[in-house]
Amino acid sequence: MIGIKADLIDLDLPEVYYSIQDYESSTARWCPGCGDHAILTAVQKLCREEQLPPEKTVFVSGIGCSSRFPHYMKTYGFHGLHGRAFPVAEGVKFRRPDLDVFVITGDGDCCSIGAGHWVHALRYNMKMVALLFDNSIYGLTKKQTSPTSPLGTSSNTHPRGSVLPPMNPIQTTLGFTNVSFVAQTADWQPAHMYETIKKAHQHPGFAFVRILQRCPIWMKDGFCADVGNRDMLALLDHEDGIEVTDEVRNSFPTIIKHDPADINNARFYAELEDQVAIGLFYQDKNAPRYDLYGTSNLDMTNDERLAGLNAHLDRFAI
Amino acid sequence: MDAVIGNGTEQDIMLEPVVLDEAIIEIVSDSGEGAQKCGQSLGAISARMGNGVWTVEIIPAEIQPPARSRAGASGIRVRIGSEKITNMGDHAQLVVALNEQVLYGRLEQKAYKPGTYLLIENKWANDPLEEIRTAYTEDVAKFREMGAAVYEIPMEEECLKVVRDARKGKNMWVLGMLCYIYDRDMNEARSQIRKIFKKKAEKIVTDNIGLLESGYNWARANMDLHFSIPSMATDEEMVVMNGNEAIALGAMAAGFDVCSMYPITPATSVSHGLAEMMESAGGKVHQAEDEIAAIGFAIGCSYAGKTALTVTSGPGIALKTEFIGLAVMAEIPLVIVDVQRGGPSTGLPTKVEQGDLLSVLYGAAGDAPKVIIAPSTIEECFQFVILARKLAESFRTPVFVLTDANLATGVQPFPRPKVSKDWFAPSIDQTPWTEGLSPYAWDPQTGLSKRPIPGQKGGMFTVTGLAHDEDSHVAYDPSINQRAAEARSRKLAALQQSLKPPKVFGAEEGDLLLVGWGSTRGAIEEAVKKARADGLSVSSLHLHFLSPMEPDLKKIMQRFQKVVTVELNYSDTVGRPLITYENRRYAQLATVLRAQTLIDIDCYSNVYGQPMSPIRIYNMVKRMFAQYQQQLKEQQS
Ligand SMILES: Cc1ncc(C[n+]2csc(CCOP(=O)(O)OP(=O)(O)O)c2C)c(N)n1
Ligand code: SF4
Ligand SMILES: [Mg+2]
Repeated sequence: MIGIKADLIDLDLPEVYYSIQDYESSTARWCPGCGDHAILTAVQKLCREEQLPPEKTVFVSGIGCSSRFPHYMKTYGFHGLHGRAFPVAEGVKFRRPDLDVFVITGDGDCCSIGAGHWVHALRYNMKMVALLFDNSIYGLTKKQTSPTSPLGTSSNTHPRGSVLPPMNPIQTTLGFTNVSFVAQTADWQPAHMYETIKKAHQHPGFAFVRILQRCPIWMKDGFCADVGNRDMLALLDHEDGIEVTDEVRNSFPTIIKHDPADINNARFYAELEDQVAIGLFYQDKNAPRYDLYGTSNLDMTNDERLAGLNAHLDRFAI
Repeated sequence: MDAVIGNGTEQDIMLEPVVLDEAIIEIVSDSGEGAQKCGQSLGAISARMGNGVWTVEIIPAEIQPPARSRAGASGIRVRIGSEKITNMGDHAQLVVALNEQVLYGRLEQKAYKPGTYLLIENKWANDPLEEIRTAYTEDVAKFREMGAAVYEIPMEEECLKVVRDARKGKNMWVLGMLCYIYDRDMNEARSQIRKIFKKKAEKIVTDNIGLLESGYNWARANMDLHFSIPSMATDEEMVVMNGNEAIALGAMAAGFDVCSMYPITPATSVSHGLAEMMESAGGKVHQAEDEIAAIGFAIGCSYAGKTALTVTSGPGIALKTEFIGLAVMAEIPLVIVDVQRGGPSTGLPTKVEQGDLLSVLYGAAGDAPKVIIAPSTIEECFQFVILARKLAESFRTPVFVLTDANLATGVQPFPRPKVSKDWFAPSIDQTPWTEGLSPYAWDPQTGLSKRPIPGQKGGMFTVTGLAHDEDSHVAYDPSINQRAAEARSRKLAALQQSLKPPKVFGAEEGDLLLVGWGSTRGAIEEAVKKARADGLSVSSLHLHFLSPMEPDLKKIMQRFQKVVTVELNYSDTVGRPLITYENRRYAQLATVLRAQTLIDIDCYSNVYGQPMSPIRIYNMVKRMFAQYQQQLKEQQS
């Protein structure tokens, strides 16, 4: 890391240039081989590439292995309550359009205890990036069934195998009113993952990304086993979709042409029979945004506030 | 003295008004008949005349109850006095009822006593439906039997002489009638009508003034009731509102940027007020998907440097509890207004209770010290929200403002606050953070520390609800947790240092001290005044800070033989089946005070869902003194 990008070497050099180190905080304490490490690397790279000022960047999380994420970023962070990252993140953004907000959540955090807030976060469509670290298990609390655990998963709460079919977070999000960005990627596809998070960050609204995440401790037979299996993933490809190099594209035996404007096909590809599709399922850049409502009268001066207050007091005068 | 009602053609009976210190008047009707507007107007006219006023709405349980139903009573109580009025008082002196059925609910609530004047619309006597005619005749007879002084009044008939549809406008005719009975200033009354119908066509204004004058003249010609309530005219600019409106205006005056809420009775109307005020005068109301999200959102705003409050009632507090713990742990300033209602569970949604003190104080997991304050008047509802914001920021903590359904709906005039920009929250500090300063650099004396706000260069840190050290790093060493808990607790002691001991109402020492908090103050002090006039040695103390408590409480209490809290929450009564001095469960403030002072404090409390009335307290005091004398006698013999 030399700290300077080649194309920046001209007379307009910005005053500060942030390198990867500027986004690194304490050493991550996830298990060796945990997919979360790769996601952290991708996000730090995004921060550097986009030169996000650390003081204007806020990572909000819930509780879980994945939700430790903000501690490992040298930005502002909010490691809050299990399942409640979305309301906090919405509050942060509501009257602070200058802040760049990311939500980090796990499959238990988002799809179980936080499901109510998840529905509404999609509908509010406030500009922020939400990354669902989906290892299809409760990691931190040691292997309980999660809503996304595959049918038959043997866990500490269902030792004889889970009895319900898993929730499909992509299908679920695609069913919510006012959803505006739904993508899927996998932690073991670093190039694709990076481009997906980047696309999410550019989206003018609420960008939901489900990241298939390996947990070698509790789910050895899950995604960890899939890594070597090239046929497991199908690539959604489109000029409006996630940008991939030919090299990456050619590594996928199955490539599906899918226009992210087409929500019906998106729903179809969300539930392929034997494969999992990664890429951009759906994007609508014009969906109404609650954060724009939130900031509509932000520029009011104290004089205007005082005059307004006095006018309201007049209504109660006798 | 059931009056024979004249037909208005006789000579006016010019009575000299009987001078009263105060009067309690109720107007009850089916909902939608304008009783509340009538009462509010009577209150506003009286306040402009310089009288003390308290009004409170009588709200039916359903949105659209059937007409002429007993549970459907909708209306208003207006208490007018020569001096400041602080509560809704005891029995009504006079009631105007637009039908006889709606009186039953109020009779059950013991709002009236023998001798109360009941002024009832008499058109039901000639109703086309026989069952209505019978009900009317029988019930009116029953009211007379019960000792009420019933007046059957041709309201509809008289209104029809002025307008074509009496349903609209009968309330203004009643207002006119009451203006005569209580000797109100008719010029003020006319200008009140102009104010109400400001946005309406001139014809509507003149029709309503016509009704007002017709009511007045009819009463003058036909009624033998005529009172006056002297007042001290004041030049001071006044405002009149209920407690929830006062909280909303207080939030505006404090410069709150966000009110994040989820609807719940009786708190919701705070946000109704704020929704429009914030749009036009700064800030935003966020209606969240539930109470958990509402407080989480407010915490997010506050963490990002924007002042936020959340407004709720008991069931909402239960849901918010986990986030309250986080705000304590992470030291995030936040104001939580709890407009208390009857509990537990959904309880009595529209009725008053002071039932949340203990859950707010101790509800969260672990030790979660926070500030709790309780306004006792409408004006204090306004002031305490401003105070709460300052405390939240200075002490980096959640602050609870506990009000209740009684304050929420009680309407009282008070001097117009001279609002100033200095009261607004300061703008967000976005200057670079002091290098090397930790986000929780707890001062060893006070526990206080300064917080970095997103946007401040060099201040980056991660808030966490996990036990953490000064740098907000997750604490793996348990001694850090002990130290951090001490710092958070120390803040309350630091705040207490800046508080003054509360003032005793009545003598500084004596036989009996009543201790109250929140909305009961007016009733308690009125009862104390009355008992003192009887020569009883009783005083009262009203607490505004419940956490930390005001200093010197023990010293003050030790100057009295007996201390009794007066509260609107449940406590066991010794002598009831199985209840003894040992297993008795005390009222909430009593529980806390007993633990803190080790004084054997007694309590008087109930959960009828009614505001504490002066007469109940007065009777309790009388009983206590009688018991005490009895004991003395027994000891002597
Ligand atoms: C209110 C509450 N309930 C339960 C917990 C315990 N808990 C912590 S993390 C967790 C599940 C985490 O699973 P997931 O969200 O999938 O995150 P992962 O650890 O797999 O990244 C649970 C149940 C808690 N912290 N708070
Ligand atoms: S338990 Fe699983 S999810 Fe948690 S840190 Fe270890 S590998 Fe990662
Ligand atoms: Mg998980």
